Amino acid sequence: MLSKRIIACLDVRNGQVVKGVNFGDLRAAGDPAELARRYNAEGIDELVILDITATLEARRALADTIRAVARELFIPLAVGGGIRTEADAVAAVDAGADKVSLNTAAIVEPDLITRIADRYGSQAVVVAIDAKRAAPDGDRFSVYKRSGSADAGRDAVEWAREAESRGAGEILLTSIDRDGTRAGFDCALTAAVSSAVSIPVIASGGAGGLGDFVEVFTAGRADAALAASIFHYAETSVRALKTHLRQHGIPVRL
Amino acid sequence: MIALIDYRAGNLTSVKKALAAIGAEVFVPETPHDLANAAGIIVPGVGHFGATRALDQPWIDAILGRVGEGRPLFGICLGMQWLLEGSEEAPELPGLGLLSGRCYRLGTVRRAAATTTQPPTPGTAAERLTPDQSVKVPHVGWNSIAIQREASIVDQVANGSQVYFTHSYVAPVTGDTVATSAHGETFAAVVQRAYISGVQFHPEKSGDVGLRILRNFVELAG
Repeated sequence: MLSKRIIACLDVRNGQVVKGVNFGDLRAAGDPAELARRYNAEGIDELVILDITATLEARRALADTIRAVARELFIPLAVGGGIRTEADAVAAVDAGADKVSLNTAAIVEPDLITRIADRYGSQAVVVAIDAKRAAPDGDRFSVYKRSGSADAGRDAVEWAREAESRGAGEILLTSIDRDGTRAGFDCALTAAVSSAVSIPVIASGGAGGLGDFVEVFTAGRADAALAASIFHYAETSVRALKTHLRQHGIPVRL
Repeated sequence: MIALIDYRAGNLTSVKKALAAIGAEVFVPETPHDLANAAGIIVPGVGHFGATRALDQPWIDAILGRVGEGRPLFGICLGMQWLLEGSEEAPELPGLGLLSGRCYRLGTVRRAAATTTQPPTPGTAAERLTPDQSVKVPHVGWNSIAIQREASIVDQVANGSQVYFTHSYVAPVTGDTVATSAHGETFAAVVQRAYISGVQFHPEKSGDVGLRILRNFVELAG
């Protein structure tokens, strides 16, 4: 049976891993290659490197960071942040990325999804969607671009469907409301998107305790879950999390 | 020296890196003639079967020539599918035809079974179905393999090992199948016939298990 994936996210700025709360208030968390090694040894299923300042400061994904992380890692590696053109995607793949994650650029220029999918296959294209509840208790979710700073004027479910039809291989879905809060994943958001597409959906934003992951894989219908800070500060080991999931009947790679 | 065929389908870097990690010497042939020095040949790949169009007749002749001389051949993902007769993904394009069967889209067997009024015949593919209708395609992520028989390519690989898949099309289970995997329906995960072998998953992205399989191939190539 296909395992539910646990993905660690390295939010990288100036070559160092940082983690924000609600997309701001950054504090240093460590060397990316060192963290990648630790996660790999602990049994992480996949890694994502997000160059979090790339879009705002118009910098390209850090090829050196990708190379350092990819050198001794034999699990899938996705890279996002500031991938705006096909050339940016090529640079990331050449440095060792297996997948590129498109966010703002996909909204501004949806054809970019198709062009990269044509070049490398859909499995290499992740469309990252940052979503926020349109109303505090509502069940509609708005897409935000430019690192969560601007309303894109799109509905998250509708945009996920379009991304799939344009050739996206996976959706990385982040709840802006929950990001960094450790209040649990937004399961309503995740389930709404996961039910609407046939490609895998990676839930992100809000991981706090072990129970949150059980919740997002059941009620949230997520195919994978992504977390950063709970792993970075060694509060929860990947192994302990997977053991917990298995005890709750969720298939994992242990 | 292991020849790693570059036909612009997927990320060669990852496969190169994994082979370097196990100490294998690798080169990327520029022309079919370069294969004359290959101790073994790896056809990597990911994506659409149409990409194998780049492996034109001179390449096919050179690869078949080396295989005819007993040199091992290993296909990864799309590269493995190419070893078969063809794929429904690009029906007009023949595969290498060294292994029997045609590849088809995941879900084909499941859908066929759902529409049949007869109970599935024991021992057929339809009987192996799971009732789960929420199976997503493409099949992306870590899944276990069930080893069906001993073969050098899975030497020291434990039954039930998890490996990383990313694909929508699959090869049928035949006499060449060494290990199967299941995602809504059962399909071939590892194949081997003498010196010809292949895997549907990505050994270069499957941690220690994947490196073990690559090492098994490199040892086969001597």
